[in-house]
Amino acid sequence: MAYDKFNILTSSAVPLPIENVDTDQIIPARFLKATERKGFGDNLFRDWRYNDDESPKADFALNNPKYSGQILVGGKNFGSGSSREHAAWAVYDYGFRCVVSSFFADIFKNNCLNIGVLPVQVSPAFADKIFAAIEADPKTKLEISLPNQTITLVATGEKESFDINSYKKDNMLNGFDDIDYLQNMKEDITTFAENVPL
Amino acid sequence: MSKTLFDKVWDSHVVRKIEGGPDILFIDRHLVHEVTSPVAFLGLKNRGVRVLYPERTFATADHNTPTINQHLPVADPLSANQLKALEENAKEYGISHWGLGHEKNGIVHVVGPEYGITQPGATIVCGDSHTSTHGAFGAIAFGIGTSEVEMVLSTQCIMQPKPKSMRINVKGELNFGVTPKDVALYIISKLTTSGATGYFVEYAGEVFENMTMEGRMTVCNLSIEMGARGGMIAPDQKTFDYVQGREFTPTGAAWDKAMTYWETLSTDEGATFDKELTFDAADIEPMITYGTNPGMGLGISKNIPNSGDVEGGAATYSKSLGYMDFNEGDSMIGKKIDFVFIGSCTNGRIEDFRAFASIVKGRKKADHVTAWLVPGSHKVEAAIKEEGLLAVFNEAGFELREPGCSACLAMNDDKVPAGKYAVSTSNRNFEGRQGPGSRTLLASPLVAAAAAVTGKVTDPRELLEKTIA
Repeated sequence: MAYDKFNILTSSAVPLPIENVDTDQIIPARFLKATERKGFGDNLFRDWRYNDDESPKADFALNNPKYSGQILVGGKNFGSGSSREHAAWAVYDYGFRCVVSSFFADIFKNNCLNIGVLPVQVSPAFADKIFAAIEADPKTKLEISLPNQTITLVATGEKESFDINSYKKDNMLNGFDDIDYLQNMKEDITTFAENVPL
Repeated sequence: MSKTLFDKVWDSHVVRKIEGGPDILFIDRHLVHEVTSPVAFLGLKNRGVRVLYPERTFATADHNTPTINQHLPVADPLSANQLKALEENAKEYGISHWGLGHEKNGIVHVVGPEYGITQPGATIVCGDSHTSTHGAFGAIAFGIGTSEVEMVLSTQCIMQPKPKSMRINVKGELNFGVTPKDVALYIISKLTTSGATGYFVEYAGEVFENMTMEGRMTVCNLSIEMGARGGMIAPDQKTFDYVQGREFTPTGAAWDKAMTYWETLSTDEGATFDKELTFDAADIEPMITYGTNPGMGLGISKNIPNSGDVEGGAATYSKSLGYMDFNEGDSMIGKKIDFVFIGSCTNGRIEDFRAFASIVKGRKKADHVTAWLVPGSHKVEAAIKEEGLLAVFNEAGFELREPGCSACLAMNDDKVPAGKYAVSTSNRNFEGRQGPGSRTLLASPLVAAAAAVTGKVTDPRELLEKTIA
């Protein structure tokens, strides 16, 4: 499924300075029973976001009216655990287009790239700077430039570059997905399959 | 040029390398379950494409299935709908489907090896992070997301940058009462849950050479819990003996051809790894976790560390201990527990139930403990009965449930209530993993058995010694 193109995103950000946020927190398993990709944003961070009686937990960042924006800034080792792509869907469906962290778990990062959410890995020092800037001014803006592969604190102009392989970058800039690419090399694949040992 | 085991399997499956991008990797076996596949099948429908190699694709229902009364209709309409979707999709696309009630049904990572779908030197994927289990056979096996499930269904390929390589050696002989689960929890406690992110691990050394295939599966299963994409162990005679004669294993000339390939599958002398770690088996004791990720584990006789002595931020650490309602410096021994779960793709095989039985035999389940004994498959369930273990369990006050993922992720009714403690042989102790508010202590089947009969965290070596005496 092709997805939204990603170019330059300038937005305020929601801070979640907790380490090792696992995908069970991002979307608990009991919300994985759907057969369509719909409505996952409602259950993003469900158990951190709501009390047992469904009332919002006031101290959680997503419920705090001072924070908003299309960028989620998480602590180190974001997205560890289960491979459920539902976690990336929930992040997307809630309205985030970019997740920033000083370290991502592998499968979550891949899942994000496959659905058009840009994972931006920054240095621990720059992550701290972002958290501090948001704390000082919750409306402070970040600029994520995919063409330049940079993330900038707009108020101060401080910036850092981030890595993304050129194939994935091209996909995200154009909204292409891997299946489009693979469909075009079916013949190579079937020829290869004739010679695999197993 | 000297190559690692991983290089040999990976390189032989690369269909094409993309300049500045990922490799296109051919996938030999694709395992499918009900939770991560429906949206992928929907994608196929929207694109109007078929499954390219249905014969390389196998579906089983496990995550979302009840573990009692499986002969009755599934009560939860959402779960029932998801199970029905898998059945219909499998039928429409010509895929083998081992649904609820089928004699071959069970947890995807248990049934794959049982029926010979899992083979040395294969590339195996599934929309489940514990696909790393199959690395025990010398396969490259890893978990994928739903977009990638669609990718493999439609093209039998996946696009992946080649991971870095790591070798983990554990030398020497394991101490009394120390199981493969303890070895894995020990390694994770040393590396943390992100210590192997970006790497594919090969396990080597006497400890893994001496391990049974079941034990190797437990170790490889937990590779993802230190962040690794997967882990593998070079196949040996034990592997070939396990694989031979199973339903999907090659026979005759095809077996000979496969063996020619399989016998090349070990790391060459002189091959180098991006990272190499060595541990001493003598340092490992039965393990248990005390926090909210699998890296927060310690030897069962030790006390919970102070925040200054662990990696990572103090705030995250104190949030974790707060969730567990534990304190720095607490002893784990003697902590009261409420639930015991034995099962899952980590420890739901026959050997795990034998270990559990070795402690509960002749003892009684503690009155206040609720115990869920959930076999990984119908085959495991049958073996439990044939070997007389069921009688041992019943005599000790335990009941056996029907196969499935069960309380490992609590998608069905097997949920640990808020605030309650469970000693669990599964793989994750994340907040709410076994039910909203549940508190999980990960451990081996021996530690779980010791907790089940005493009602508290107990060193299994004490009970094992008594059994032997």
